Amino acid sequence: MSADPYVLRVNGNDHQVPDAHLGESLLWVLRERLGLPGSKNACEEGECGSCSVQIDGELVCSCLVLAAAAVGREVTTIEGLAPDGELADVQRAFVEAGAVQCGFCTPGLLMAVDTLLDELSDDGSVPDDLTVREAISGNLCRCTGYGRILEAVSIAADIRRGESRGDLA
Amino acid sequence: MSEQLGQPGITSTSILGNPVLRREDDTLVRGQGRFVGNVPLEGALHVQFVRSTAAHGTIGSIEVDDALAMPGVVAVYTAADLGLDDRPVLMGFYPAEMARPFLARDRVRFVGEPIAVVVAETQYQAADAAETVWADIEPLPPVLGLSDALDGENLLFPDVGHNVAFRNSVEDPFDFSGYEVVVTENIVNSRVAAVSIEPRVVAAGIEDGRLTCWASSQGAHNFRKAVTDLLGIEGEDLRVFVQDIGGGFGAKGVTSEEEVMVVHLARKLGRTVRWTETRTENLTGHVHGRAQEQKVTIAGTSDGDIQAYRLDMLQDCGAYPRFGAFLPEFTRQMASGVYDIERVEVEYTSVVTTTTPVCAYRGAGRPEATAAIERAVDLYAAEIGMDPAEVRRRNLPASSAFPFTNATGTVYDSGEYEMVLDAALEASDYTGLRAEQQRRRDAGDNRQMGIGICVYVEITGFGGSEYGEVSLQADGTVLAVTGSTPIGTGHLTTWAMIVADRLGVPLEAVTVFHGDTDRVPSGQLTGGSRSVQIAGSSMGDAADKLVDLARDAAADLLEAAPDDLVLDRGRGAFHVAGTPSASRSWAEIASEAAEPLVGLSDFVQAGATFPFGAHIAVVEVDTETGQTTVERIVAVDDAGVIVNPLLAAGQVHGGLAQGIAQALLEEVRFDEDGNPQTSNLADYPAISMMEVPSYERSFTETPTPLNPLGAKGIGEAGSIGSTAAVQSAVVDALAPFGIRHLDMPLTPERIWSALQASGA
Repeated sequence: MSADPYVLRVNGNDHQVPDAHLGESLLWVLRERLGLPGSKNACEEGECGSCSVQIDGELVCSCLVLAAAAVGREVTTIEGLAPDGELADVQRAFVEAGAVQCGFCTPGLLMAVDTLLDELSDDGSVPDDLTVREAISGNLCRCTGYGRILEAVSIAADIRRGESRGDLA
Repeated sequence: MSEQLGQPGITSTSILGNPVLRREDDTLVRGQGRFVGNVPLEGALHVQFVRSTAAHGTIGSIEVDDALAMPGVVAVYTAADLGLDDRPVLMGFYPAEMARPFLARDRVRFVGEPIAVVVAETQYQAADAAETVWADIEPLPPVLGLSDALDGENLLFPDVGHNVAFRNSVEDPFDFSGYEVVVTENIVNSRVAAVSIEPRVVAAGIEDGRLTCWASSQGAHNFRKAVTDLLGIEGEDLRVFVQDIGGGFGAKGVTSEEEVMVVHLARKLGRTVRWTETRTENLTGHVHGRAQEQKVTIAGTSDGDIQAYRLDMLQDCGAYPRFGAFLPEFTRQMASGVYDIERVEVEYTSVVTTTTPVCAYRGAGRPEATAAIERAVDLYAAEIGMDPAEVRRRNLPASSAFPFTNATGTVYDSGEYEMVLDAALEASDYTGLRAEQQRRRDAGDNRQMGIGICVYVEITGFGGSEYGEVSLQADGTVLAVTGSTPIGTGHLTTWAMIVADRLGVPLEAVTVFHGDTDRVPSGQLTGGSRSVQIAGSSMGDAADKLVDLARDAAADLLEAAPDDLVLDRGRGAFHVAGTPSASRSWAEIASEAAEPLVGLSDFVQAGATFPFGAHIAVVEVDTETGQTTVERIVAVDDAGVIVNPLLAAGQVHGGLAQGIAQALLEEVRFDEDGNPQTSNLADYPAISMMEVPSYERSFTETPTPLNPLGAKGIGEAGSIGSTAAVQSAVVDALAPFGIRHLDMPLTPERIWSALQASGA
């Protein structure tokens, strides 16, 4: 049984979703219907964070969200982090820190770090170690042992603060 | 975080040893990795396996008619009509009757074993149809405990007459009665899961008239050989692509029954089919690692001279003996670890149980050896009242003793064991740590400190070769083709560095190609930490061969004798010795040479290499709750010459985390009926960022003489050292309560219970 066609707004673009089942997860629709396979499916139960995306700026596991529930909201996926082709600060930081190994969990981690830095930039604070760990503890990475990821967050936070200082000046 | 990375600019003549950023990352951070699940396959059918919910039983009938009538269902098969013979045992010395049917035939032997397969137009349809397949299974008693399996009262394979897959016995066991000090302990090396974040995934279909497969495997050619052998077709009849893989850790070195079936189904149906397992299938139906019961006996003098060691092992193979049955052989080879012990004896028996099959997991048999000997040395040190660091130091072979033949006959190529131990002790401020520990003990602090030391050696590379081809392209760039399969390890970057260095061309001029069995003539499985030392050496060797060919070509062009030409790597040009102006650059040779220049490697590594190191773990144990916090991990690792310290350190980090994970958190569990208790990531506590400390690590570099790079393997070492160090640290924290040993995982519950039992 197909649902009525609906529209998802993803990375600033409206996407028609015809012929979908109402029970399809946002992750499934992103990957299989919209051709956005950056978000990864690794547990389908909200335990690993590989499918993390932002809905209206809030970090969610897209495997646990019905696609139809995201209608009328702004979905941001890994494909939306660097829309103009230039790597975003968090992406640059991950590359510079050596925080990527197999790269399967990386898109979800990047979305989590981006969300964290967005939240912190609201009050201009510097993330302490525990804040970073808590913010990213929902994202499993099996390759890196998390060491370089911690470093990447620190680099990304520096870049973002630098940029916002630049904006002020 | 203290890191010793090579400093860009200091090694001005060579890029090797520098922390070069990965060329793989640009696509990965954009979410554009070429994972199998991202390959667009129009109209692909979806495969769903129906799995046994019983650990052991005989199959009466399997009803598939309802499934066949479901919307979108294309086919449903059971063992009766799948059309595949049973998969022969992996090793000729396992009982042949322990062959595994692709779909269970007559009998199921573990929860999660496939009993039927559904193919449908969509994944949802396949899953719905699979739910309607009904199997009549008459339960049999599960076989779970390893000694029960050995007793053989209940058999998985009645035709065999016992549950033993493989054993190694000692004819005339050694008598320990004459030694001054003898200590024994029973140790469980817990069963764990690899948990690659990308689960198993495979797709297959007919492309351009060829059977083609996209696999997430640790070896494209191994995968092809396994599949084509089992399907009874020629190797060239199947093209296998392996591009990005979302983690391997040994588990994806297995070409699993499901993957073989998917290729079979594509061939049978003439359609493109794909299968992505769920996390539950990954945790119950794929493979597990470790799963050994060990008994250690260690003997020596009261002043710290270890004289004899015996290791008895019962290896759990799970339901079908794959590589798991052979793991204790690696444990045997490395049983005595870093120590110079006169007499070492190892016996083992590998038994089948009604559980998920056991296979290689990061380290594969060597972490088990290290965990056992390091626990034994700690127990011996405690028995004679000597500091565990001092006992270790007294029993290490001197650096002049290398190549060193250990008591089980394994020859260690090179080593500086005391150096790494001293470095780790110093970096950790061992004396200061012991003083702080004593202070807390004296104060009866409810946060006790534990210090664990592990000095490890491991075996990597195992000798052999790898396909390596380096050719000069018409545009002056270089194409490097390898038979190896990178598994998220950044080797495309490492190999490009090696080739660029040998040729004297910019890194960007080197393209590395891999993972297409049509283009690459042969390839080996990525495993045993071989990819830099063997695949890297073959890349370097092929580059050297290209240099020789290019020198000849340049000599022709310059009308000079080849012997008179030198390669100026700084300029990327050959010139006549003493006359730099008479030269030909790589680009000039490429455009002017009479024929394409292709260097092919014939490098063969004569044997295994033996990286080593010392890890010190500092933990805090809350004696009221049993909660352990890893405060510090100090790791000094020596994997010979390091080509890219950024990537090598990343390997160590990942290994350290997986070691901490096994020591403290992770364990695959079954209930008394053989039902998995850890079948998802809520129940299987894969380590997160909350449980790891900032790593304090460094490399020392003791080259191996066995390859021109001087490199040994680093992929597994982290997990080998840290597991034992963290376990040792926790036990050390509990020493004041009279606790001398606890098995992994050292969960709060286990520690709290032990403290309660001790009367604390």
